[in-house]
Amino acid sequence: MPGHFKRKSSKVSQEIPTASMPDVIFILLIFFMVSTVLRETELLVRTTLPQAEAIEKIEQKRLVSYIYIGPQKLEDGTFGEDAVQIDDAIVDDLTDIREIMYRKILEEPRMIISLRVDRDTETGLLYDVQQELREAETLRINYSTTREGAAEG
Amino acid sequence: MPLLKRRTKRTAEIPTASMADIAFLLLIFFLVTTTIDVDSGIYMQLPPKLDPEQTPPEIQDRNLLTVLVSAAGDVLVEGEFMQISGIRDEVKRHVLNEGRQPGYSDSPEVAIVSFKTERGTKYQVYVDVLDEIKAAYIDIRNDYARQIAGVDYATYKARLEEGETDLVAEKYPIKISLAEPDPGGAAAPAAR
Repeated sequence: MPGHFKRKSSKVSQEIPTASMPDVIFILLIFFMVSTVLRETELLVRTTLPQAEAIEKIEQKRLVSYIYIGPQKLEDGTFGEDAVQIDDAIVDDLTDIREIMYRKILEEPRMIISLRVDRDTETGLLYDVQQELREAETLRINYSTTREGAAEG
Repeated sequence: MPLLKRRTKRTAEIPTASMADIAFLLLIFFLVTTTIDVDSGIYMQLPPKLDPEQTPPEIQDRNLLTVLVSAAGDVLVEGEFMQISGIRDEVKRHVLNEGRQPGYSDSPEVAIVSFKTERGTKYQVYVDVLDEIKAAYIDIRNDYARQIAGVDYATYKARLEEGETDLVAEKYPIKISLAEPDPGGAAAPAAR
């Protein structure tokens, strides 16, 4: 019935004013750009990651919490003793790790700890940190590495 | 004068309907591209805290492949010196043994690789060895996935429906035990 369709079209303009749409979208865009501030932690230790081949990506970035282990950067540009950094501070007493991690895992039980360890660090320190993680029952860990042959991270 | 008449009718507005689309494209572009520095690495599960009252489960010696790394970077597999590149084949032989050779595992389900280093070992060596062990398991899983589904393991896993059992992971569980660092502790398997 072609007549039926014709009757429906009225003379009133059916357009929605779209002039303000870009403004709305721009506000959204700006909101996202401002709110997604990637909290760059200032590294106090050197972490030249080792290279590996059989690696996988961590999909859920929100679950990841980082521990940095490596030689401490000194003010004169040289490197000191190996140290452990969580968030933006050096952990002086390794037994503090269990409390920090325990508090973190209470917030997010599926948390993955990504260990960013310098390739020249001795594994003894790593074991100490891992023992602390076991105490805090944060058992999901990831040894952060770069892909073999890729540029150093 | 038809030319003049047309001019007066023309509207001075710029069509803004496409502006929203342009802004949307920008928005999507930023959302997609800002996945900065995706973390990748070797995923592991630490063994749970040791319960002093509970005795660790008995593991038959043949099901355990011990990998020891000294501070100097020498690798000992079951007490014998080995190149790091040789670990992969050794792990495969161990897991896929199915009870044939006496020194290796009874079945893939019970095969465990125990990995231990001295405290002075460099982290790069630690990762290299762990990488080889992990790579052996990935090879095994890929081979089996190709056998039963004709695709590699990642594709097979992606195709799995919710609730469907992962036959490959069930047959070849990755059991890498990070042994207790100090002597006296027992190795608890870290299964995944």
